[in-house]
Amino acid sequence: MPVAASAIYFLNLRGDVLINRLYRDDVGGNMVDAFRMHIMQTKELGTCPVRQIGGCSFFYMRISNVYIVIVVSSNANVACAFKFVVEAVALFKSYFGGAFDEDAIRNNFVLIYELLDEIMDFGYPQNLSPEILKLYITQEGVRSPFSSKPTDKPVPNATLQVTGAVGWRREGLMYKKNEVFLDIVESVNLLMSSKGSVLRCDVTGKILMKCFLSGMPDLKLGLNDKIGLEKESQLKARPSKSGKTIELDDVTFHQCVNLTRFNSEKTVSFVPPDGEFELMKYRITEGVNLPFRVLPTIKELGRTRMEVNVKVKSVFGAKMFALGVVVKIPVPKQTAKTSFQVTTGRAKYNASIDCLVWKIRKFPGQTEPTMSAEVELISTMAEKKSWTRPPIQMEFQVPMFTASGLRVRFLKVWEKSGYNTVEWVRYITKAGSYEIRC
Amino acid sequence: MSGHDSKYFSTTKKGEIPELKDELNSQYKDKKKDAVKKVIAAMTVGKDVSSLFTDVVNCMQTENLELKKLVYLYLINYAKSQPDLAILAVNTFVKDSQDPNPLIRALAVRTMGCIRVDKITEYLCDPLQRCLKDDDPYVRKTAAICVAKLYDINAELVEDRGFLDTLKDLISDNNPMVVANAVAALAEIQESSSRPIFEVTSHTLSKLLTALNECTEWGQVFILDALSKYKAADAREAENIVERVTPRLQHANCAVVLSAVKMILQQMELIISTDVVRNLCKKMAPPLVTLLSAEPEIQYVALRNINLIVQKRPTILAHEIKVFFCKYNDPIYVKMEKLEIMIKLASDRNIDQVLLEFKEYATEVDVDFVRKAVRAIGRCAIKLERAAERCISVLLELIKIKVNYVVQEAIIVIKDIFRRYPNTYESIIATLCESLDTLDEPEAKASMIWIIGEYAERIDNADELLESFLESFPEEPPLVQLQLLTATVKLFLKKPTEGPQQMIQVVLNNATVETDNPDLRDRAYIYWRLLSTDPEAAKDVVLAEKPVISDDSNQLDSSLLDELLANIATLASVYHKPPDAFVTRAKSAVQRPEEEEYPDGSETGYSETPSHATDAVPSASGSASAAPTRQVPVSPPPAAAPVPDLLGDLIGLDGALVPVEEPMTPSRPPLPVLLPASTGQGLQISAQLVRRDGQIFYSMLFENNSQVPLDGFMIQFNKNTFGLAPSSPLQVPQLLPGSSAMALLPMAMFQHVFSGPPSTLLQVAIKNNQQPVWYFNDKLSLHIFFTEDGKMERANFLETWKSLPDSNEISKDFPTHVIKSMDATIEHLAASNVFFIAKRRNMNQEVLYLSAKGPRGIPFLIEITAVVGTPGVKCAVKTPNPEMVPLFFEGVDALLK
Repeated sequence: MPVAASAIYFLNLRGDVLINRLYRDDVGGNMVDAFRMHIMQTKELGTCPVRQIGGCSFFYMRISNVYIVIVVSSNANVACAFKFVVEAVALFKSYFGGAFDEDAIRNNFVLIYELLDEIMDFGYPQNLSPEILKLYITQEGVRSPFSSKPTDKPVPNATLQVTGAVGWRREGLMYKKNEVFLDIVESVNLLMSSKGSVLRCDVTGKILMKCFLSGMPDLKLGLNDKIGLEKESQLKARPSKSGKTIELDDVTFHQCVNLTRFNSEKTVSFVPPDGEFELMKYRITEGVNLPFRVLPTIKELGRTRMEVNVKVKSVFGAKMFALGVVVKIPVPKQTAKTSFQVTTGRAKYNASIDCLVWKIRKFPGQTEPTMSAEVELISTMAEKKSWTRPPIQMEFQVPMFTASGLRVRFLKVWEKSGYNTVEWVRYITKAGSYEIRC
Repeated sequence: MSGHDSKYFSTTKKGEIPELKDELNSQYKDKKKDAVKKVIAAMTVGKDVSSLFTDVVNCMQTENLELKKLVYLYLINYAKSQPDLAILAVNTFVKDSQDPNPLIRALAVRTMGCIRVDKITEYLCDPLQRCLKDDDPYVRKTAAICVAKLYDINAELVEDRGFLDTLKDLISDNNPMVVANAVAALAEIQESSSRPIFEVTSHTLSKLLTALNECTEWGQVFILDALSKYKAADAREAENIVERVTPRLQHANCAVVLSAVKMILQQMELIISTDVVRNLCKKMAPPLVTLLSAEPEIQYVALRNINLIVQKRPTILAHEIKVFFCKYNDPIYVKMEKLEIMIKLASDRNIDQVLLEFKEYATEVDVDFVRKAVRAIGRCAIKLERAAERCISVLLELIKIKVNYVVQEAIIVIKDIFRRYPNTYESIIATLCESLDTLDEPEAKASMIWIIGEYAERIDNADELLESFLESFPEEPPLVQLQLLTATVKLFLKKPTEGPQQMIQVVLNNATVETDNPDLRDRAYIYWRLLSTDPEAAKDVVLAEKPVISDDSNQLDSSLLDELLANIATLASVYHKPPDAFVTRAKSAVQRPEEEEYPDGSETGYSETPSHATDAVPSASGSASAAPTRQVPVSPPPAAAPVPDLLGDLIGLDGALVPVEEPMTPSRPPLPVLLPASTGQGLQISAQLVRRDGQIFYSMLFENNSQVPLDGFMIQFNKNTFGLAPSSPLQVPQLLPGSSAMALLPMAMFQHVFSGPPSTLLQVAIKNNQQPVWYFNDKLSLHIFFTEDGKMERANFLETWKSLPDSNEISKDFPTHVIKSMDATIEHLAASNVFFIAKRRNMNQEVLYLSAKGPRGIPFLIEITAVVGTPGVKCAVKTPNPEMVPLFFEGVDALLK
């Protein structure tokens, strides 16, 4: 049964109900007490996101300082429920203009009630596209309280769009200048052993799009991926131009992309929503270009001293540079004193996360700065358990670089009025979970 | 666009309710609306504002959609507590359902469906009827769901008004969202009804698959879930369906992906072509892996499902083990699930890499996770024979780190490894003994003690080691005490010197006199008696060979697995329990027992450890060495004739352990009817030969269904092969009409022996004072005559087998018999005095060697060959009296049933 929820609660960290909505009659209104008693007030919190208490099951997620709890009593679709929560939060954020937290909920409770009524009916998720919902759920009604029928005009159109085949775009959009912005954002995930061998490495990328296009445009996107190119050359019956092609392990698309067409022709074609959205996500494991190599040596000298040497090598083009590079090197809890030597950037000891933190604001390609530190430890008696070394973690952003080598080959926009569009493409690679064991 | 609604929460002045009442009745729209917002704010924080019902409902007739929605929200919350006043709202609802604005029409129907008040429901029908046929799809899609709401309140009404047919028509609606909601509503109604209401035909199937392309993401989930129950007619249809569903694997919504996977797996069952199946497996892997980059909660759901999927089709993710490597910052529940899947995917090819990972995890911070990682190494050792040695060396490295809980966990798994590969890795015992004093957890202690006892002959100072534990014997938990007891007995049997002898006296004394634990005491008495009567027998029992264990831990039973796979993405797939195990809907009417009031969902998540799981395999867990006493046929406990006295002498507990003559318990299978009431003028006799405590009885049940009381029962047996005859007269009291009586007639053998060829025929005659003599035939099953002393020594068995000519070996096939579990069969046979001697494995066949002793001490040497779980059992027997063999086979036939 694809029912996703019988009730949904938004609680603050103390367990107070900020807002709730019962969708079905099969769970009691006081079930949230059971959640507070058996999960929130115990150390169970955070050990498992799906729990059964009494005859009810609870799914919960924490987002900033709010717990969102879904209660069901049937064999509900959990995947659907969690995805619903994720999408609902995205929707609220888009309404509140960014933040989603306790204050935002209190400040917008009327709106949230209204949205909750609209996006789920009897436990079945309905349309959650912000684009469409904003057509008829607004807080603007307040603006013209004296007009006799304030909502009459846009409405008939709205209902058709909620339910329409293109449920994510409204009709009749007009822009003076038709523009499309494409952002290819890649996260590199790395797990490297202390001996420097790559245990796992992959890139999860997404293509973010910002569309300011008039009418109902049809878009077609071409990438330098292997399957797409092969299919294309088959269709044109001539070999494709040589060049780097990459193999996508998996792609998932925004609901606007015609999946059947992708499956048969391997082309990404779609009618985009207006404004900003995530067009696709992909994953690549083969042929990843790691932007940084980290070479750590950590020596424990006796029980009270440690020597830390870290060299970071940037292995992207010399003309490029990385921004906001942070290297976090874990040290034991009983660290007392640290002294540093760095060739670039700044390093300091952050006691709250038990790490040496080395920051480099601008990091050019093909360089290898080093940091060496001496760490003094308080010797404690109760130090029976040897220190388990957590991995070194890294944060960075490298603009105009893709770890996967993915490139946009073309973006075609076709609309019946035949206007010209301007397309902008940006690339950026960020650190996902970039871990080096030491 | 951020609002400032928090101000509505701030009024906490005295007399709030009257103040709100005034404001609600204000003539200014703004003030009214603010008042309603304040009411809703009060409702949200849990204040009771139901007394304002009438005033709020009066605000309902408004042009302002936002205000209307707030009033409706209030109604949903309080209508139930004010059913009479709720009627006031009906008119507005009905009016709204005809409003020119489709949003208002839909809102009215949606809200009415949420108000579960009978009087309102009655008025809902007409608006619902209209809205189901509305011109606007938004209204129709809302009305479709409303039918399901109404069905939940009043199913009869829905059926009477023909809403179900209208709903079915909506499946052909031209709007995809209407179709999706109609499907969801029908699927839900079907679930709560026993009648077929919504059955997917091939026609609706193709229509819905087409709608799939145009639906919203959620609509796709509804449709895929409804279709996953569809049974394709043949492989071809299944392939067609799968082809149309596979594009969904590329969807960004995890629920769509999982529902598509569910549907594909269902249809794959029917697909014969291995190429197609392989291709599908290849296609499913990447989307499943991608789910692991979603939010951790979604990852958890995905991992629980992947756990099921790899049990069914291990090939799908066979090459993807790396993606399950834990990230340092993964939440603990994700790490635990990843570990479980890593064990499942571990193979000879990737084990080196996997072990490196486990070793890394074993040094992390979270204790539960570290323990699980250590156990994982042990489970891999048990699962992969060729990697066992490498696993052990990793465990030894971990022991050397000397982190206490790591050491203890390692010792627990090493015990299992010893069980799996006996006599292979004992060289490491010395290393284990080094950590002896650090052990403080019962399970680890018990495991270590088991190891010492089991290998006492190879550990020079085994007696010293055990002695060090003995001092604290009375304070130890039962688990440790039981192990200490058994280990000491083993030590004594292996090294019967003075030291161990003293120890055993201390232990037996402690375990019998000083304890309140019946398990411990009983086990101690059994050992005591064994040791004092027949030390050789004690050796056979205590030092018997143990059955091999395997790592089938966390493997689900295949029928349960299939059920769970049909429920992918739902709660059942997360709990790994069938839906009816946790869903308590009134319809299912399954009352759960009290103690299950708070079953622990997360507990099922990752608490299964090898020892839990292997509990099912007897003697694999901590209580390992206790098992032989239960399994290997000892001369049946205290019943063997001379023993009770001896025991009485020994411990002065005469009678305490001597069995009371066991009455016929109703739990035994009913006796076969030999003389039906129809032929016996109302007298019905059921009877069977039974063997109890070394003595043969004729167990009989007399039922008087006639109109007269019957008395003066007498019995006579015709001459038979074993000369069976009653050794005392039959004693049956007077039987009144409608009553029954049981009799247990002791029998003696070799009284009037029938001299012809052996036959199973037993002719019985019974008479009473009121009726003519009744004759009926019974059967002599040879197994009744097997005596308790039929166990042969292994060497003796071999000798006897060799000494008998091959012509004396006769074999027979029982094609329909199935042996489900060797251990159960051995136990079952032992209960009938067919004794287990040895077993071996030949390919996938299990071969059992058994012995039995028939009447006049005729030995039977038996060989049973079978494949566990598949029909067909071959039985070969060698005996000096081959003429008895047909009888023997009849007996075996009965025994193996």
